[in-house]
Amino acid sequence: MFEEKAGMVYRTVREVRGPLLLVEGVRGAKYNEVVEVKLADGTEIVGTVLDAFEDKAVIQVFGQTEGLSLDTAVRFTGDVMRIPLSDELIGRVFNGSFKPLDGLPDPVGEERREVFVSVINPAAREPPSEFMQTGISVIDGMNSLVRGQKLPIFSEAGLPHNVMAAQVARQSTVLGEEDFAVVFCAMGIRHEEYDYFRREFEKTGALDRAVMILNLADDPVIERILAPRIALTIAEYIAYDLDMHVLAILTDMTSYCEALRSISVAREEVPARKGYPGYMYSDLATIYERAGKIKGKKGSVTLMPILTMPGGDITHPIPDLTGYITEGQLIMTRELNAKGIYPPVNPLPSLSRLMKDGIGPGKTREDHMEVSNQLYMAYAEGVRARNLARIIGELGLSERERRYLKFADEFERRFINQGPYENRPIERTLEIAWDLLSMLPEDELIRISEENIRKYHPKHRKAT
Amino acid sequence: MSGREVVGKVKRVNGSLVIAEGLTGAKIGDVVYIGNLKLIGEVVRITGEDFALQCYEDTSGLQPGEPVIGTGSPLVAELGPGLIGEIFDGLERSELELWRISGPFIKKGYKIAPLRRDKKWHFVPRVRVGDEVQEGDILGTVQESSVIEHRIMVPIGVRGVVKRIEEGDFTVDETIAEVETASGNMVEVKMAQTWPVRIPRPYRERLPITEPLFTGQRVIDTFFPIAKGGTAAIPGGFGSGKTVTLQQIAKWSDADIVIYVGCGERGNEMADILTHFPELEDPRTGKKLIERAIFIANVSNLPVAAREASVYFGVTIAEYFRDQGYDVAVIVDSTSRWAEALRDMSGRLEEIPAEEGYPAYLAERIAGFYERAGRVITLGSRERFGSVTIMGAVSPPGGDFSEPVTSTTVRYVGALWALDTELAYRRHFPAINWLRSFTKYVDVLVDFWRKHDPEWVRYRERALSILEEASRLEEIASVVGEKSLPEEQRLILLESEMIREGFLVQNAFHPVDRYCPPERQAKILHVLVDFYDLALPLIKSGIPVDKIRELRSVMELLRLKEKEKVEEIEEVFERVKKDLQTLRSKYEVRTA
Ligand SMILES: Nc1ncnc2c1ncn2[C@@H]1O[C@H](COP(=O)(O)OP(=O)(O)O)[C@@H](O)[C@H]1O
Ligand SMILES: [Mg+2]
Repeated sequence: MFEEKAGMVYRTVREVRGPLLLVEGVRGAKYNEVVEVKLADGTEIVGTVLDAFEDKAVIQVFGQTEGLSLDTAVRFTGDVMRIPLSDELIGRVFNGSFKPLDGLPDPVGEERREVFVSVINPAAREPPSEFMQTGISVIDGMNSLVRGQKLPIFSEAGLPHNVMAAQVARQSTVLGEEDFAVVFCAMGIRHEEYDYFRREFEKTGALDRAVMILNLADDPVIERILAPRIALTIAEYIAYDLDMHVLAILTDMTSYCEALRSISVAREEVPARKGYPGYMYSDLATIYERAGKIKGKKGSVTLMPILTMPGGDITHPIPDLTGYITEGQLIMTRELNAKGIYPPVNPLPSLSRLMKDGIGPGKTREDHMEVSNQLYMAYAEGVRARNLARIIGELGLSERERRYLKFADEFERRFINQGPYENRPIERTLEIAWDLLSMLPEDELIRISEENIRKYHPKHRKAT
Repeated sequence: MSGREVVGKVKRVNGSLVIAEGLTGAKIGDVVYIGNLKLIGEVVRITGEDFALQCYEDTSGLQPGEPVIGTGSPLVAELGPGLIGEIFDGLERSELELWRISGPFIKKGYKIAPLRRDKKWHFVPRVRVGDEVQEGDILGTVQESSVIEHRIMVPIGVRGVVKRIEEGDFTVDETIAEVETASGNMVEVKMAQTWPVRIPRPYRERLPITEPLFTGQRVIDTFFPIAKGGTAAIPGGFGSGKTVTLQQIAKWSDADIVIYVGCGERGNEMADILTHFPELEDPRTGKKLIERAIFIANVSNLPVAAREASVYFGVTIAEYFRDQGYDVAVIVDSTSRWAEALRDMSGRLEEIPAEEGYPAYLAERIAGFYERAGRVITLGSRERFGSVTIMGAVSPPGGDFSEPVTSTTVRYVGALWALDTELAYRRHFPAINWLRSFTKYVDVLVDFWRKHDPEWVRYRERALSILEEASRLEEIASVVGEKSLPEEQRLILLESEMIREGFLVQNAFHPVDRYCPPERQAKILHVLVDFYDLALPLIKSGIPVDKIRELRSVMELLRLKEKEKVEEIEEVFERVKKDLQTLRSKYEVRTA
């Protein structure tokens, strides 16, 4: 990919610290310029200029750091990092530095785009407003995904986030719809996890319409800084040049953030929280904000990052800063998983900020938002009753509290819970919701308008 | 104010920090043009021969040795017709124009003037040749949008006699008037004027605060009001409702002009506002909201350093309209991103950090920013009033309000709308926690409310005390169960639920509920509190709370907020009264 052989070569590396090299005697290095680094054993890796002085430069490399020594040659290419793009990328597999892993030749393309800096002008953004049916009730019913949204899964090790992400990818890619592609970027995940995704994509034929960027658990850590940016540069090309709808899955963002931290430590920066750098919010924004839609263009980039919350702690900087940038979050909990509920997504702390723009009359159904709000309220009430029952026993509950407790149990069992291959249309999801809500006194359905109650409540429906 | 141009050269590039030499005579705060692309920056530190520059654009590709031009002038905002309805980046460059000339992806190094140069505005003089004028006097007006009359003022520092002025169509660069000063200098006044963004614009006199900024949001107006010229902060973890609440205020508040600064937040949120403002109508004027709004969209993936400047552009534009005699609201979402930009630059300069990496001058900067709010008598020979109200979101990491930006901001604002993640999880929106929020503006607002409701203070206090009492009881109930509380206490719990659901919860996306005018706020609150007074004697006479809760009309009280007319609200209340009466007589018969 970085085949240009122009540019000065220096063998004046004076210091190696983690992924950082200090090269002396360099005249006129450009900030963020790409360099090729050739190790003593002949291995070539790429890097960029982090700090450019008049007579020296600090380089950050993206590949393996073992083998870096003072005996390293550095070629300054004079250009920022770009990758060649063409429609031939679809169906291919690369590593985190864009080297083919599928035995096919290096990609070529007329179009060469910058990998690191790509910002959609806010004035040119089209607000996402198209409902994307995932066939999963807790998502479609209460946290609807919209084309062009960035909606992460906050999970923990051992929970079925991969199963759900694969289900979303399978079920939201309408079969036979030609203009759909998946961009999959793995950062630090295990081989077996990757194999799982690969098999799932294969089953539905999505593999032919997928681009994979893989940095697995045993691949160089620092390459993870590069991998998602390459993935998203490709995603943007497919969306805005080839007019396709792209679903980009990035997993695991926690590994990405750890790589970011290790560079910050090597640079001896003052950390903000838990050793993570103060710029992590802005850095993550340059990744997540690449989701979206553009006025006048047909395609879209929908982003589903997956992250495992360290210690299950949602206030940890990784989920916290992610939640501040993304348009909501789907939160998986151990508690629901232990009950055998799949997907174990707890709707209460979950959120889809763009839901309101993607649902309603003409898109899903006029009662959708209200039903969702009512489910939230009733489930929250039920969970409160359940917690109370843990302290004072179920007998101590009032009749009303008992009713909500029962609602919560049924809601988890029938609404949240479903099969990993069960594809529920939105009508079915709403039908289950109404069945559950009819367990409650009609007068207490205050988040639903009287008209919609009359129109959709099972009691009235039966009457008509 | 402007000095001589000097040319130096780049020595080092480290992200947004650029070190240059040879900028002889440059001062802190001077604007510089960095490199061949002339990226915009500012001098932030001078040490010996080295000038540390904060660059507001992406520095990728910048190389030591490239030239740097020191302009000798500070960072200024351009002010004049053409601001309304615009969408700017953090340096007041039109993003619409940038999109037009460079496509949907941001490209750097473009020089775009804030105001359109080619557009002609119809200028109507207010003074005549021979009139004596001084700084701040209105020379004439331009109807900029259907609701905003742009008043062209005599620039600050100018006083003299009008020698030439006429009605006509002018671009912002054309001279609309000539003023001869006492020393015989002729000043050509144009519609485009400038002001350094980091310096507050002068006014004649600061005034006490007397009027609310009415927002149409019940929990704010009734419980934690904000005043015109006041300040408020809205801290909360992600998803707790900062942006939606601030957008509601941007849409429905009775400010004349709204300046919305999206500082380091989502691109789609800005796109959403930009799509909706041209459609929505101002409930007071019936005109489209875009006719009174200005946007600064410095989103999170744009260069961090520009966030620092963006809030000052916002507040400077606000002061400029204040000086014309308008009530202006400045909304910043989020001030935390601005503070983080300060931290970022401070870290690159290797300053000694105070808490969590923030520089020691954080408090000073936050205080200085909020100090630019206020209600004033403007400059000029005729008395004119104007105000700037500042409302800022704060995004505490991990939702922890003890972190530096939140804890500092709380000290400098007049109202605090503390968001509560637990309420947000229950979809109780706006998730403003009534026990942790405060306002210092209640006293000055009594007069306003008296017009709509003579008993406002009393009802407000009763409702608040019921909510407080209920939260105490809830704690007990969470240990012993609600069932074991005495019926009178259970009524308080029911009443607090009524106030919460029927009054505090307000759906920003409901066509009626999204904006609640004062008379309806007062009416709903009265009915809900009066309901308690009517129900209490029944409970005392032995009727269980559950019987009252089961009354259909009582549950309807929770929907009063969806009624458009005060009469409809009264009608429901009449039914409640009747039902309570019937319930009472049923029980009296039974016990007799
Ligand atoms: N007043 C409101 N009415 C209805 N929904 C609201 C309201 N306030 C917030 N929400 C919901 O909460 C979500 C998050 O709110 P937002 O203001 O974006 O949070 P924050 O800016 O604090 O992260 C919104 O997308 C919306 O679904
Ligand atoms: Mg927000």
